Amino acid sequence: MPERKGTRFPAERIADLIQALAGRGYQVIGPTVRDGAVVYEEIADSRDLPRGWGDRQEPGRYRLERRADTAWFGYHLGPQSWKRHLFPSQSRLFAAARQDGSFRILDGAEKPAEPPRAFLGVRACELAAIAAQDKVLLDGAFRDALYAARRNGIFVVAVNCTAPAPTCFCASLGTGPEAPAALCDIVLTEVVNDSGHWFLAEAAGARGAGVLEQLGAAPCSEDDWRRAASAIGAAAQSQTRRVDCERVREALDTAFEDERWDAVALRCLACGNCTMVCPTCFCTTIEDSSDVGGARAERWRRWDSCFTASFSYIHGGSVRTSVKARYRQWLTHKLATWIDQFGTPGCVGCGRCITWCPVGIDLTAEAQALCRDKDDGSTVA
Amino acid sequence: MEVQSLEKIIAEHEFFADLEAYYTALLVSCASNVRFEAGRYLWHEGEEANTFYLVREGRIAVEINPPMRKPIVVDTVCEGDVLGWSWLLPPYVWKFSARAVEATRAIALDGKCLRNKCEQNHDLGYEMLKRFSQIMNRRLDATRVQLLDLYATR
Amino acid sequence: MPPDEKEAMIPEPWEVRRVTRETPDTFTMVLEPRNGSRGGFRPGQFSMLWVFGVGELPISISGDPSQDASLTFTVRSVGPATQALTGHSVGQELGVRGPFGAGWPVEQARGRDVLLVAGGIGLAPLRPVIYHVLRHRQDYGRLILAYGARSPRDLLYRKELAQWARLKDVQVLTTVDYGGVSWRGRVGVVTSLFRFMRLQPARTAAMVCGPEIMMRLVARELTTRGLAAGDVYLSMERNMKCGAGFCGHCQWGPHFICKDGPVFAYGGIAPLLDRYEL
Repeated sequence: MPERKGTRFPAERIADLIQALAGRGYQVIGPTVRDGAVVYEEIADSRDLPRGWGDRQEPGRYRLERRADTAWFGYHLGPQSWKRHLFPSQSRLFAAARQDGSFRILDGAEKPAEPPRAFLGVRACELAAIAAQDKVLLDGAFRDALYAARRNGIFVVAVNCTAPAPTCFCASLGTGPEAPAALCDIVLTEVVNDSGHWFLAEAAGARGAGVLEQLGAAPCSEDDWRRAASAIGAAAQSQTRRVDCERVREALDTAFEDERWDAVALRCLACGNCTMVCPTCFCTTIEDSSDVGGARAERWRRWDSCFTASFSYIHGGSVRTSVKARYRQWLTHKLATWIDQFGTPGCVGCGRCITWCPVGIDLTAEAQALCRDKDDGSTVA
Repeated sequence: MEVQSLEKIIAEHEFFADLEAYYTALLVSCASNVRFEAGRYLWHEGEEANTFYLVREGRIAVEINPPMRKPIVVDTVCEGDVLGWSWLLPPYVWKFSARAVEATRAIALDGKCLRNKCEQNHDLGYEMLKRFSQIMNRRLDATRVQLLDLYATR
Repeated sequence: MPPDEKEAMIPEPWEVRRVTRETPDTFTMVLEPRNGSRGGFRPGQFSMLWVFGVGELPISISGDPSQDASLTFTVRSVGPATQALTGHSVGQELGVRGPFGAGWPVEQARGRDVLLVAGGIGLAPLRPVIYHVLRHRQDYGRLILAYGARSPRDLLYRKELAQWARLKDVQVLTTVDYGGVSWRGRVGVVTSLFRFMRLQPARTAAMVCGPEIMMRLVARELTTRGLAAGDVYLSMERNMKCGAGFCGHCQWGPHFICKDGPVFAYGGIAPLLDRYEL
């Protein structure tokens, strides 16, 4: 087995990492604190990073908290995902002008020009989410050109998780907490304790190796690897929530009329928060508009949610009128039918839907309840 | 010769399959050939129901007369069909009218005579009810689907 | 590499060349491309028809698949969107995207009897199959059309129905849900027409199109009569926005109706049909 080559550098050198990327022409997107949350925005230097910030998450609750240490990546996950930068919430498909009874497309053929971007601080679950969206948007019957343009050439600096939030369950889905090096340019593991504060860094490919070389990173030791691995392993072990995908998929096949759906429907507001924060949700709607005179029309594509009442509208009514049917559609798609469509589950275990649901509905609890032994008829609380 | 061909038709008709020869003979004794020209009514809604028919050729429309509107045809029967069961169940009155759409030949069976025989012979009664309830069942299913008005706009 | 989504999302301008009123609320429109696009399609496919600045609708193509100089659509005007569509007159333009979707199994049906069961506007997506079978008559066995409409005045393509009925080895059976005194045809549900066909189930391919309830009942009836569930095909319908497989709206269980369908073999989807609010 080829030996993994790792390097290590002092934690403050993260500033140099950002400069090295900017120097190579990348627009660096990274975590920053804004509006009481950690969000992914364009950052100029390390002062924009959420140093020393952590977060406390539980069903229906998110709070930023000051950490006792000065970890750069000590938060878990914010409400946004990298989806915001790869698959914008609105994009214009074309504009058209009318002349008499006929029309002309004005800018349909134009190819979007995108600056090269670097993503700093990508978690393992987020990598899995990007891979899931790649399958939908790049490998389907048609290819999303805007997504492809933004996705192409992204420089990915991933960060391994060493402490999960209570809402995380990536380990049970096999999507984390360790970021697969093959999907990234650089993988970082932050180590902060009494003996110091440093990053273990691994490069996959020449691009990443070049940046690390520029940082003057020194080779790391066996001990460094062991320490990082053990921290990541502990992160996996300490996750309390889990989803058994195989079992859920099987249960969902016969659970269409399960009374659990009625129970969750009493709580669900159909607000769609879960679909907005989910890093894999891809549903969009097409909106046509024209100016007052009717001379110019535009078509826009916007994020949509299967929780809206009109999502399944046809022939004067909607197919899924009840909240029960809509929640059932979302969960079944995420954990079961997504696999039929794309070969992997649509869920990556990031837990955002649990945190950001205003009434704290827990997808893992719902999935588990649907798997309960039907014979004894008991309900899992 | 009329009687023989009637016997053959009734004996071989799918509707009377597996009927004991004694009952078949009974039915034949209540049967006669009839003809209706196009447009002729077999019966009108509200009339006493004393007959049922095995249609041999042609088409009959089952219709109802809504007030102040033209009649609406809700069903048609044709060759091979059995028409009419109101003779078997009280109050023995037709709920719809029946009109020959085109020239129609049929075998008419005396329902009044038959229902008396069914009262006397419950085995015969059971055989009749068994067969007619199947027709009613099919009719009910079809009517329910027609009721859905599937092709209407919402 | 798949073609760009933008290719699928930009409408081409097509001109309305002919509008025929089939029934009080249904129109057949023949469109021709302005920019030299071709009209080729497979029976059962649909296009997204765009009314400038207003919106788009998925409409099944109802014309002859052998000729690609034009596209024909039969549209029922039931609300503001379809009214806007059918309100276009000769010379005006509509945007056309597509064709999309998996079509009817005309290739698999070769060498077999073809049974078409249509309910209401459902005859429109089946008409291309009739054209195809008649044009390649030697490749198919008997052709049977069972067609149910609401009332006599709602029957589509009446002239063609009469023409087809006169052809050898073609059987056309029609019925209506209710009729008037001048109607001399059958009255009753479309399943009541099956007894008039001498069906040979083992050599029959059936294609069914109409309201979902009707298709469910017809499919059940056909399998009761001995057709294999894999030989009965339905055309499903759900809300569509993109028509090209990425907006997610038309999902029905694991299927995207716009690209996995709209045509499905009954055997594969029978359990889904019984799921309320799926």
